[in-house]
Amino acid sequence: MSLLRVTSPHTSGQGQVMTVMRDVLVATLPGVLILTAYFGPGTLINIVFGGLIAVATEYAITALRGRDPRVAISDLSILVTSTLLCIALPPYAPWWLIVIGILTAVLLGKQVFGGLGYNPFNPAMVGYVVLLISFPVQMSAWASPRGLTEVPGLADTLRHVFAPGTIDAVTAATPLDLLRQNTGLLFEDLLTNSPELTGWGGIGWFEVNLAFLAGGVWLLYRRIFTWHAPIAMLAALGACALIGYDGGSSESGGSALFHLFSGATMFAAFFIITDPVSSAVSNKGRLVFGALIGALIYLIRTLGNYPDAVAFAVLILNFCAPFIDHYTQPKVYGTGSPES
Amino acid sequence: MRTIHDIHGGIHPPERKALSRPGDLQKAPIPPVLVLPVRQHLGVPALPVVAVGDTVMGGQVLAEAQGVMSVPVHAPTSGTVVAVESRPIAHASGLTDHCIVIQTDGENRWLDFEGIARWQDMDPAVLVERIREAGLAGLGGAGFPTAVKLSPGPARSIETLLINGTECEPYITADDTLMQCRADELVEGAHILAHILSADSILIGIEDNKPDAIARVQAAISRAGATIELATFPTKYPSGGEKQIIEILTGQQVPSGGIPADIGIVCVNPGTAVATQQAIIDGKPLTHRIVTLTGEALAAPQNVSACLGTPITQLLEHAALSAEAQQRIIHGGPMMGFAVSDLNAPITKITNCLLAPTATELPLPEPAQPCIRCGHCAEACPASLLPQQLYWYARAKDQEQLAEHRLFDCIECGACAYVCPSQIPLVQYYRAAKGQIRDSEQEKRRSDNSRERFEARQARLEAETAAREAKRAARKAAAQSQAAKNGSDPIQEAIERAKARKAEQEPNP
Repeated sequence: MSLLRVTSPHTSGQGQVMTVMRDVLVATLPGVLILTAYFGPGTLINIVFGGLIAVATEYAITALRGRDPRVAISDLSILVTSTLLCIALPPYAPWWLIVIGILTAVLLGKQVFGGLGYNPFNPAMVGYVVLLISFPVQMSAWASPRGLTEVPGLADTLRHVFAPGTIDAVTAATPLDLLRQNTGLLFEDLLTNSPELTGWGGIGWFEVNLAFLAGGVWLLYRRIFTWHAPIAMLAALGACALIGYDGGSSESGGSALFHLFSGATMFAAFFIITDPVSSAVSNKGRLVFGALIGALIYLIRTLGNYPDAVAFAVLILNFCAPFIDHYTQPKVYGTGSPES
Repeated sequence: MRTIHDIHGGIHPPERKALSRPGDLQKAPIPPVLVLPVRQHLGVPALPVVAVGDTVMGGQVLAEAQGVMSVPVHAPTSGTVVAVESRPIAHASGLTDHCIVIQTDGENRWLDFEGIARWQDMDPAVLVERIREAGLAGLGGAGFPTAVKLSPGPARSIETLLINGTECEPYITADDTLMQCRADELVEGAHILAHILSADSILIGIEDNKPDAIARVQAAISRAGATIELATFPTKYPSGGEKQIIEILTGQQVPSGGIPADIGIVCVNPGTAVATQQAIIDGKPLTHRIVTLTGEALAAPQNVSACLGTPITQLLEHAALSAEAQQRIIHGGPMMGFAVSDLNAPITKITNCLLAPTATELPLPEPAQPCIRCGHCAEACPASLLPQQLYWYARAKDQEQLAEHRLFDCIECGACAYVCPSQIPLVQYYRAAKGQIRDSEQEKRRSDNSRERFEARQARLEAETAAREAKRAARKAAAQSQAAKNGSDPIQEAIERAKARKAEQEPNP
């Protein structure tokens, strides 16, 4: 018998990074299914193709960096990054857009800083913003929902993605686009006049948001993250929308319900800003972090040049996270104040 | 009914307490050789007063306390001193320490002791001295000299004596067993301690996963007709931390860097209370303690009353260890205990448990993965620290930020490492960082000392130079005043003498 010398604690819970990442992937399923149901298989193609590129890139770069690539792949974090980016990309995006987005996310968003755990910014949002600034035309071509037009089948989708330009894509303005472009109509009239805007957040969008909300609630139940950042973001966005509703005039920023259930709101609240690596660390810090993102999303949506604002808001707050941490240290046992 | 407060964080690891059958106390056999370290407590080691070849009786003093932060060591049975030398001890460092080795004679002859029956009439100082002479050090695990704890000083008035019967670590049932088997002694010991401290009230806190201990202690309180409050509270690790149980039962927090006496509380382990009763009523020194022998690698897990100084290997043999090729023997519990590096090391006053787990029972940790700052550690931390931030700063050796994030308020309970999905050995980082900070403080003290020495030397040299100058100036002044008195200037005269000599030597042109 030889004696083993290890330090305490000698027991550990069941948690693993891999299971955390797996749960996040599972939780995206309802949202992805609804996206597919309303906008066709484009998102699915994005996720599968983007996932392959991402895994290959991660494998190559970790091998180059002299790490064990199998360990880096097996924690599934790379699939979470690629899946989140690919959900955010327009369905039927050309293949090269996906490749550039993934390479940017993995290389510039994650690996240049040292890989998992070291990235100051949300890698998926880094990829998204680079694409949005570089290729605004492709990035704003969101598919038209089922009900307005025929949704392409799998074969047409593949042709759209891998042989772009050979057939005409069916795209439409998103509800947020319509709201931003609106100049003359009262908010209520805008809703009744635009076929895309039936439902609370527009055709399909309400359901998509509901599905991501469901996935997020499941993650909360699984204790993957705490409620602080998502709830703070939704509350701040709702509060800003209430203030800016303006009685529904033609200048109106849109109703609170519209903002909460349109665009990427729920996806952002439960899947993007909850990335622990790039967010504030304490619960109090995450409240501030989420609330500021919510307010920024509203400001950029209504006053900015881009229809949706999640990526910019998240990246700006990623910058602020260390600053927020400094001022939101929790009160330690036995101390009057955290700094004394 | 007392309000039970919740503490921040905490975890619920599998308790595994039934394994060692709490409440069933066995006697461990007296081993052929006892190894008694002269330091089984926190503080200054005791000074051996026996020599090789001496015959000793049970209860005889082997080593005397040196000063206030020290307690004596007594022989747990009769025999012969065969060595006073360095031996391996049970310590996280794996180092050796000074030990007195006794070959036992199997006759178990004891000295006669005289107790103090009417302790109520005694001056507390006399009782404290008796407790020190009996070798009492906290039996909960830290081994703090009990006499020191019982002397909080006139500035602090003690309202509450708190008996901490939480025993929140998984597996360990030594206190549970003690409370079940020695409840009457516990109650009497608590009264003695309260008398010494002039405490207004006595509070016994027991976690609600020990119904038998709760019932027996309650019965003992009724039998004694005592006004002792027994409080139970929900099971959660680490509720048994001194700071934690105080918050649970009083809602108050011990100030950072302070002691419970600062808020009028003295907190002791039930084992310490029972040892107090034996020291005062029976006059018996501390020579035995209850140890939990547990883990699935033991065929006969149990609680034993064992002689201090019994080699660990003897107790494991007694509990029928069937060791794996690579066996972990843990001194203490699975959360805060340390792995023993030599089985010949003895048990001491702080040994509450020896845990021999199988590899499937407590698997070795996986290789650590990167921290993803998920924050589960901060959720689990009973001190409300940010363990993930401490981890980053510990790796960066950023002592300023470590202080800012209050590293030294960490109680090393291990809850953060337990919940960490990346399996990072967080506590190890904190211990290392604390060590580095202590080192650099010592380094700073050393360099401060040398600087002060250097400055003192400079000052001394300057003072000497100044003194010499002053003397010379005084001589000069004396000479001048002499000259003034004589009406001639000695310097002028000397110059003229020199000129005359020069003129003589110069050859004429």
